[in-house]
Amino acid sequence: MAAHTAVLSMSKILNPFWGGRLGNTVKVFGTTLTSHRNKTGNRRDDIPPPAKYGGRHTVTLIPGDGIGPELLNHVREVFRFSCVPVDFEVVHVNSAQESEDDINDAITAIRRNGVALKGNIETKHTMAPSVKSRNNLLRTTLDLYANVMHCQSLPGVQTRHKNIDIMIIRENTEGEYSSLEHESVSGVVESLKIITRVNSLRIAEYAFQLAREKGRKRVTAVHKANIMKLGDGLFLQCCREVASGYPDITFDSMIVDNTTMQLVSQPQQFDVMVMPNLYGNVVSNVCAGLVGGPGLVPGANYGRDYAVFETATRNTGKSIAHRNIANPTAMLLAGCMMLDHLKLYDYATLIRNAILTTMNETRLHTADIGGQGTTSDVVQSIMRIIHSTGPLTSAL
Amino acid sequence: MAATLRGSLVTLVKSLSGPRWQQLGSRPLSVSAGRCGPEAPPARADAIFKVTMVPGDGVGPELMTAVKDVFKAGDVPVVFEEFHLSEVQNMASEERLEQVLTSMKTNKVAIKGKINTPMEFKGELASYDMRLRRKLDLFANVVHVNSLPGYSTRHNNLDLVIIREQTEGEYSSLEHESVPGVIECLKIITRVKSRRIAKFAFDYATKKGRSKVTAVHKANIMKLADGLFLQCCAEVAQLYPKIKYENIIIDNCCMQLVQNPYQFDVLVMPNLYGNIIDNLAAGLVGGAGVVPGESYSADYAVFETGARHPFAHAVGRNIANPTAMLLSAANMLRHLNLEYHSQMVSDAVKRVIKQGKVRTGDLGGYASSDEFTQAVIANLAV
Repeated sequence: MAAHTAVLSMSKILNPFWGGRLGNTVKVFGTTLTSHRNKTGNRRDDIPPPAKYGGRHTVTLIPGDGIGPELLNHVREVFRFSCVPVDFEVVHVNSAQESEDDINDAITAIRRNGVALKGNIETKHTMAPSVKSRNNLLRTTLDLYANVMHCQSLPGVQTRHKNIDIMIIRENTEGEYSSLEHESVSGVVESLKIITRVNSLRIAEYAFQLAREKGRKRVTAVHKANIMKLGDGLFLQCCREVASGYPDITFDSMIVDNTTMQLVSQPQQFDVMVMPNLYGNVVSNVCAGLVGGPGLVPGANYGRDYAVFETATRNTGKSIAHRNIANPTAMLLAGCMMLDHLKLYDYATLIRNAILTTMNETRLHTADIGGQGTTSDVVQSIMRIIHSTGPLTSAL
Repeated sequence: MAATLRGSLVTLVKSLSGPRWQQLGSRPLSVSAGRCGPEAPPARADAIFKVTMVPGDGVGPELMTAVKDVFKAGDVPVVFEEFHLSEVQNMASEERLEQVLTSMKTNKVAIKGKINTPMEFKGELASYDMRLRRKLDLFANVVHVNSLPGYSTRHNNLDLVIIREQTEGEYSSLEHESVPGVIECLKIITRVKSRRIAKFAFDYATKKGRSKVTAVHKANIMKLADGLFLQCCAEVAQLYPKIKYENIIIDNCCMQLVQNPYQFDVLVMPNLYGNIIDNLAAGLVGGAGVVPGESYSADYAVFETGARHPFAHAVGRNIANPTAMLLSAANMLRHLNLEYHSQMVSDAVKRVIKQGKVRTGDLGGYASSDEFTQAVIANLAV
């Protein structure tokens, strides 16, 4: 702030008025990868207001690959049927393309709308190593640092463990996903895992704040500080520092290998979990498996200014695409999370309740949870329940 | 599929009905579902939508009657909460304004006529119209100027959108006499509001699939104020690489509009220029009686006529053209997710105009307002 005004006054001397303003335009709406210094101060003003006019929101919709497009079509159908005041701006990202134009368009679209709902974009391993994962690119560019998923046993779904209620908060932008790999000597590849104090503090703060908001009692940090003493050590230390500011919430830590074992043997012991990127990836998949698989759990990626919603385990589901057998629950619940984020709580509750009621009907279970129902059966049932639970438009 | 489902559920729904459920039987649910097209599944439009109505002055109440009649005939599931707010008829008070605001807070959507503002100064600089606008923060005014098929003017097939900032600029109500005989009137342009309106314009263009946004300004004279506006527009434009961005000076814009209006797509501008361009463009396609308009804030939407005139000398003479208000009402229905009804109303209005048998005086016909409304009702495809 002070630095900024100093620049202004200096440029005023050089060139009255214009110089100062033009100087500012360099960081139009703030590119998110700017240094930390720029993030403090007046960057908030540089973020344009979200596209919400007359109570109607515009949300970017990225269909992605595999089952993404069909599931998102179902979301649109249900939203439309429920008179949800949300309009979608559809942006297609072609995963076969090597250039980054498509994904940049998508990122710009999220910059202007603030919120997105997305299917997973396939990352082909056969492509040149220079082609980065589109999903990862999107998350890092928009600085969506917190990945949140809420694993909860759903009524009506047969699983080995009951009463699971775990919130997983995963650092989303650094760690092993830094995309910094090189061959230092031929035959030797170095892959850098980056842990920074700033990002660790940020994710820990987010986890504790969320825990307090949701009335949770315990936060568990997952790490491997016994081996990576410095990297994960720093993460753990940051979590401890933040924990000291939340005396009402118990803090403990657990090593990642033990965590996975504990999760499959006694998952009920966990409450809120916070962890770096790769462990988050593993743990969230384990947890999703515990409550019934990838078709059931929604996920959200939050940054300071933007939010992107998707299924928690980010599967493409290519093998079951176009066969009307994918489970739409995860994506629909992700849509509900999005409605919550847009503060359209009534619509979110209406749709969420309809989804949960449908889950109770075993004959409507899709193949992934041991049933024979089709995607459209489930969606039809959800719409029928929405219809019968009555209108809320005038109540809003 | 869903249509039949809806039909069969009507009875079920009725039995579950709370106080908000009203008679559903009369509305052909399955028809409405079928017409939404294969792409779009039916909206769950069986709830009743509440809308605030401020008829305003002049012919406003007459136009509102037309809207109500058409809605009634079309079984549109909207109920109105009516508030009479008028400065010239001494029916305006803080209390009344509060009532309108409270109603707006719950309904979020309103339909409104022009509240006339007396010219003489009585100690209050801001009119009720403007105060309402400011309280609701209705920053964006949208006028979609569209030629009506069947009514030919000098320029046909016009299709342009005018987006106007309407909370600051020359309408700041900041005027004072600094020295006797010298009045200063402040025009305020802020970065935040300029960006907001620019983003609105680009978002609107994106949503409606339009390809160009033109900023209208007078930055050659007001280098700082309009310069800032222009700069904000240019900055926002960078977020929309697929939409072309241009700018034009207001005087030239007016000339171009009367000579070759087809070159424009979406126009965005500060307050006063918007006022002028709105009226000018409305004149190109048939005048104040045929162009609908709407105002938006983040939370609220107000639907009104594009060129806001009370048309006071027509009161009671049954000559006002209800087209603009009816089209505006149709836009309102679309905003409420009632796409089928919206289409029905706007189609009926356009059909009447196209047939050309029933036209009000402003379009060169001899029909009265009532006759026009009746013709629209007769053309509703219920």
